[in-house]
Amino acid sequence: MMASSYNAKDEDGHITVTGPGGGTLRSKKPENTAFKQQRLPAWQPILTAGTVLPAFFIIGLIFIPIGIGLYVTSNNIKEFEVDYTGVDMSSPCFNCSQNFSWNSTTPCTCTIPFFLEQPYESNVFMYYGLSNFYQNHRRYVKSRDDSQLNGDMTSLKEPSKECEPYAYHDNKPIAPCGAIANSMFNDTLELFYNDPNGTKVQIPLTNIGIAWWTDKHVKFKNPGAGEANQNLTAVFQGTTKPLNWRRPVYELDAAANNDGFINEDFIVWMRTAALPTFRKLYRIIKSPSNGMMPTMPRGNYTLEVVYITTMSKNLGQNLFNQLNPDYPVRSFEGRKRMILSTISWMGGKNPFLGIAYITVGSVCFFLGVVLLIIHHKCGNRNNSADISN
Amino acid sequence: MKAKRNRYGGCYRRGLEAAQVCVGEENWVDSRTIYIGQKEPPPGTEAFIQQRFPDNRIVSSKYTFWNFIPKNMFEQFRRVANFYFLIIFLVQLIIDTPTSPITSGLPLFFVITVTAIKQGYEDWLRHKADNSVNQCPVHVVQHGKVVRKQSRKLRVGDVVFVKENETFPCDLILLSTSRDEGICYVTTASLDGESSHKTYFAVQDTKAYNTEQEVDSIHATIECEQPQPDLYKFVGRINIYMDNEPVARPLGSENLLLRGATLKNTEYIYAVAIYTGMETKMALNYQSKTQKRSAVEKSMNAYLVVYLFILISKAFVNTVLKYVWQADPNRDEPWYNDRTESERQRHIVIRAFTDFLAFMVLFNYIIPVSMYVTVEMQKFLGSYFIMWDDEMFDEELGERAVVNTSDLNEELGQVEYVFTDKTGTLTENNMEFIECCVDGHVYVPHVILNGQVMPGAGMDMIDTSPGPEAREHEELFFRALCLCHTVQVKEEETVDGIKHGIHQGKLGFTYLRLKDSHMEILNREDEIERFELLEVLTFDSVRRRMSVIVRSSSGQLYLFCKGADSSIFPRVISGKVEQEGLRTLCVAYRLLSPEQYQEVCHLLSGAKLALQDRDRRLAEAYDLIEKDLILLGATAVEDRLQEKAADTIESLHKAGMKVWVLTGDKMETAAATCYASKLFHRNTQILELTTKRTEEQSLHDVLFDLSRTVLRQHGGMTRDTFSGLSGDCTDYGLIIDGATLSAVMRPPQEDSNSGNYKEIFLEICRNCSAVLCCRMAPLQKAQIVKLIKASKEHPITLAIGDGANDVSMILEAHVGVGIMGKEGRQAVRNSDYAIPKFKHLKKMLLVHGHYYYIRISELVQYFFYKNVCFIFPQFLYQFFCGFSQQPLYDTAYLTLYNISFTSLPILLYSLIEQHINMDILKKDPSLYRDIAKNSLLRWPIFIYWTILGVYDAIVMFFGAYFLFDNTTFTSNGQMFGNWTFGTLVFTVLVFTVTFKLALDTHYWTWINHFVIWGSLIFFVVFSLLWGGIIWPFLNYQRMYYVFMQMLSSGPAWLSIILLITAGLLPDVLKKVIWRALWPTTTERIQMYAGFGYVPTLLDNADKLYKGHLSEFTPLASLQSKAGSQRRGSGGQRNAPNPRRSEPFSKKTMFTRWQRTPDYCTFTPLLRFADGARNSRQGYAQGGQTSV
Repeated sequence: MMASSYNAKDEDGHITVTGPGGGTLRSKKPENTAFKQQRLPAWQPILTAGTVLPAFFIIGLIFIPIGIGLYVTSNNIKEFEVDYTGVDMSSPCFNCSQNFSWNSTTPCTCTIPFFLEQPYESNVFMYYGLSNFYQNHRRYVKSRDDSQLNGDMTSLKEPSKECEPYAYHDNKPIAPCGAIANSMFNDTLELFYNDPNGTKVQIPLTNIGIAWWTDKHVKFKNPGAGEANQNLTAVFQGTTKPLNWRRPVYELDAAANNDGFINEDFIVWMRTAALPTFRKLYRIIKSPSNGMMPTMPRGNYTLEVVYITTMSKNLGQNLFNQLNPDYPVRSFEGRKRMILSTISWMGGKNPFLGIAYITVGSVCFFLGVVLLIIHHKCGNRNNSADISN
Repeated sequence: MKAKRNRYGGCYRRGLEAAQVCVGEENWVDSRTIYIGQKEPPPGTEAFIQQRFPDNRIVSSKYTFWNFIPKNMFEQFRRVANFYFLIIFLVQLIIDTPTSPITSGLPLFFVITVTAIKQGYEDWLRHKADNSVNQCPVHVVQHGKVVRKQSRKLRVGDVVFVKENETFPCDLILLSTSRDEGICYVTTASLDGESSHKTYFAVQDTKAYNTEQEVDSIHATIECEQPQPDLYKFVGRINIYMDNEPVARPLGSENLLLRGATLKNTEYIYAVAIYTGMETKMALNYQSKTQKRSAVEKSMNAYLVVYLFILISKAFVNTVLKYVWQADPNRDEPWYNDRTESERQRHIVIRAFTDFLAFMVLFNYIIPVSMYVTVEMQKFLGSYFIMWDDEMFDEELGERAVVNTSDLNEELGQVEYVFTDKTGTLTENNMEFIECCVDGHVYVPHVILNGQVMPGAGMDMIDTSPGPEAREHEELFFRALCLCHTVQVKEEETVDGIKHGIHQGKLGFTYLRLKDSHMEILNREDEIERFELLEVLTFDSVRRRMSVIVRSSSGQLYLFCKGADSSIFPRVISGKVEQEGLRTLCVAYRLLSPEQYQEVCHLLSGAKLALQDRDRRLAEAYDLIEKDLILLGATAVEDRLQEKAADTIESLHKAGMKVWVLTGDKMETAAATCYASKLFHRNTQILELTTKRTEEQSLHDVLFDLSRTVLRQHGGMTRDTFSGLSGDCTDYGLIIDGATLSAVMRPPQEDSNSGNYKEIFLEICRNCSAVLCCRMAPLQKAQIVKLIKASKEHPITLAIGDGANDVSMILEAHVGVGIMGKEGRQAVRNSDYAIPKFKHLKKMLLVHGHYYYIRISELVQYFFYKNVCFIFPQFLYQFFCGFSQQPLYDTAYLTLYNISFTSLPILLYSLIEQHINMDILKKDPSLYRDIAKNSLLRWPIFIYWTILGVYDAIVMFFGAYFLFDNTTFTSNGQMFGNWTFGTLVFTVLVFTVTFKLALDTHYWTWINHFVIWGSLIFFVVFSLLWGGIIWPFLNYQRMYYVFMQMLSSGPAWLSIILLITAGLLPDVLKKVIWRALWPTTTERIQMYAGFGYVPTLLDNADKLYKGHLSEFTPLASLQSKAGSQRRGSGGQRNAPNPRRSEPFSKKTMFTRWQRTPDYCTFTPLLRFADGARNSRQGYAQGGQTSV
């Protein structure tokens, strides 16, 4: 009965002898490295009124000029907007927006005159704007087949399930499939300059360069794009056009480099907007090459909207109940606009950024002053105070 | 070896529980009969029934190859978080949801796979270990020959042959050894961590059989209990058939060699297997402990519930709004956006429910799966800093801190109550001989230097010319000291320990060895005296004494008994001894007549052979034998405080912790230690709640008296604070003893006037800064901890101890800390953390605990914050997309946000953040109060973070919204789509949350720079890559060039900068203003440290602490006063006794200042001694008398 059975101690004074066995114990000693001892050299900044003060002033001093610059730039941008939805009886587009019996062979055209108070210099960008149009609805956003648009032949013949219910029509695959493509904006906008001498000059509109370069050249490809003698009509053989379209996809534009999936109007439409009120780039009015004349001088202009008859087939009721001459937005209380805008380095007219910069800058500056006072008062108090006792 | 030891964790708990259950009950469950060598017993003795036992295969692995996947999956999905994400994943698979199942499937898959691989690898290692153990060769005696066998084929009853340095393959009964005495030495280091050699004994009747032939001829059966997990208990009986006449011998734990232990210093042994395989005591100890949960984890779970509620209400609100908004069919299904036929035909209720689930899925990232992973990684990796800590390494022991549970790291920063053991925890548990007293005569060593008797200095006889009778007693006393112990003197191992040093040599008597049951001692005349050792009545903590019965060469039979004064005095019939406040060990003897001896032998053998209730019967037998003693004398020993124990306790006090000392020791000794360790100060008013007082007054009155005192003083204190006189009279110390405590804890009686004492007691305790509980039983320690734990504030408790008697409280407390002391490893094995010395507690709590708490609270808050920032914009977006569950961000961003873009910086922060230098944390313990009561995870702070998250989300979303509002921001007039919108928000988001963390980081090492800037760069590079090519495996290319296009626009850059600034502004402002107007102590210190203003005063204090100032017992000097008075009244000596104070001051001089005496720091030492003296007087006036 030996020492091994001693567990308790207290008053006895028994000692269990422990024999340290030198060798193995050395290895237990922790390594004395800066990391393991948590003593890595470190910069130890503290945010105090004193250290933050300069930062606040600096932010204020940088932000306010930037904001002013942005604001001025934004104000210098010229923008003109025409609503041509045709809700009012008085509106010239009222007739075209009504769905009455219509000879579909002749397009309905409405003419809206407007007056530009200021001349628009350099390139002028022409947008169409829609509101209350939910391009960002989940069902809508995913209703497309990117492989089909990338020129994949199998996807052309067998569109993705995501395109449902816009994938097949009459057992033929729809090209391009999906709700986005199906609802492509199809009003034709034309601009005329009413010369002071009375002549009506059509302003040339460029439809090249309105889509992202990468979209046009990489993301969107016509099927069989690599082949030498590409015949779009042949390639799209066996597919059908989207229900709402008047023409098949290979007839979107006469120019070969803007036809089919790589049509820029189409590409622009396919980039779904972030918010229900949006605008999309429609055309560019290039500045005249001599540069002396403004692109659009001050004066009277006419916007002509050419409606191509659209058959809006509401699948829910499964019948053609509407024969809309125009791109229909009134059913969901939407609006259609035409916007002319010049562009600066910071894009279109948007006073928000400038105002925000000025606001944040001034707040910072003001807070800097407040902190300066606080620092001045409390700093002294702290210095005189003892540390903990 | 460490891992192995962990696996035995919990052993003691089971044993303890069993003990709790079985107190006074039948402990004998069932017995087994083992036939040694598988041989049938001789016919006619008893029926041969071969029982079936498991083979010796050890299975520590959890899985097999086949059941790994199902079993592991089941175990992993039993965790709530994993299950939640599985449900989300399944919902995504089943219904049409906005995000692809990959977004939640990938992280979940990642987490599950990593865990499975880790567990699989661990299990593979276990399999390997099992195999190597199961296949390792063992030697078995069969038919008179030693045969090699695989370990797993070993059967119960096999006779095993084990050589030196081999490990025992199963639990064995020792039959014979290569040593003549029939003993062998064993180390159980891998079992319980004790590296000392222990002695085991062969069965007396078989110890002569030490060749294989002889062993093979043994005919015997063993009856023993069925396997039990307690490593230190074993009861059995061996029946040996010699000449067909069975001889029964008792078997105890001294005969049982445990699997896992190693044979040492013995050439070989023969032993018989009794428990094999999973029935060995080691295997039975595999069970793991119940998990403790930290307070942080609890608040984390509370936050989760809040977020779950937010998630559900968000989904619900959106679903309702969706159907309200869709009431107009032109909104529900405009011409350009038709449903499919199958969708249209679905019932509206199903549609609504599906929508609800889809919203849930869309917002589910608010509860991030990665938080669990990060928290777990933080805890696991973070615990290494404790193990790596150089300052917590003890050179002397060669041990460093051990972390057994990393789940509680942050709890170390939340401790409010520290329950500490005294002996071995506060003190060295190294008994230093102070003096001895024989027959009323006091002997002191002349000079004691650092615990060792100066060479050449003999005993100084104070009392001159003792009479011849006294001299005889004196000799007997020293003989008794030499004989009455259980120390083995061996060739290799010198028995050290001061006491023996004194026993040996200095007093003229030296114990030589135990040889052939004879103890040999060398007496003063250098002659060898031989005593035949007849019986040993072993020590146990209940009796607190031990005895030996020896026969001297002259044939006289002596019983020498040695033990605590309290256990010896009641059994003494004559003799006297001086008593002082020191720990005393009394020695008594009894002369036995041969008849008496016969009776004793009869009693003992009867008890020892009993299979049932052996312990109780032995105790009864011992009780009958150890009586009518004649007191010879006493030795007084002093247990020195551990190095820096007082400093540690002081720091803990300053840190706002209440320190309770729970000890089994007597009150005087304990109180002395408390004064020495500065638990009680000189201005501490001592309240007493002891048996002595409750004898005079009823418990009821005493309690009410005390509570009145405390409460009155409490009121007085507040008044004093106002008048600026606070300080001196606010301190209370309570002393309570075990008996009174159990009276207090007794459930309220039926009669009205007893009332509920617990509440009053708690009220008193709450107002005391220090409490001393003495005379505590181990279970009472746990009871106290439980009482405090359950009190209405629910404070976080920490228990620290070194011995088996502390295990109960270590397991009970929120955090259990074990000290690697001299008493084995039970405490260490059952603890959550183990440290070599008490002083290491300071760094553990004040530095590591503080850091962990700061780190994990930031981790938790930040995780919720960044996910609010992440998901709230998506919620807002629903209002602009017709509640269609359109996700704002791309799938890749949704998936990777928590996994890779924002995970590493916070993980790193939570590993290495140091808001204050660790030296300052150590110097100024009061900083610990800043984080007390879970202060960084309280609801207001949580709400602040959430609001900050919502604000940032609003800034980001609407900032982008107004930027996108009906305009372009490229210089070529082209428009951006919804994915650019999301990407812009996401970019701002990633930068904002990362910068927010950067602002919170106070400790910027190169790793921080690397990780923070690295993860931002990673985000940018990833985005460039993700949008850079057409990914062939994706069926959508929505992100193609989105990021690049965004970056090519000037306003996007400007708005990113603006939104980040606006997002961070309020937080910076709040920080700065709070710091300036209402700074916490921490912040004030940070400020000073930041500007290099650390006051020199603190530096000096630090030097003082480091200046080798170790603690000492002031009581030694005080006792001399009290003692001398008493002595005076005793008529022995009237003169003031100079001997105690003189060696004392010398002692201080020599022992504490041996290096380079630094006299300027010596002054406070003396002052302290004075102070302590004053306090002692106050203490005595308080009605305190020694028992």
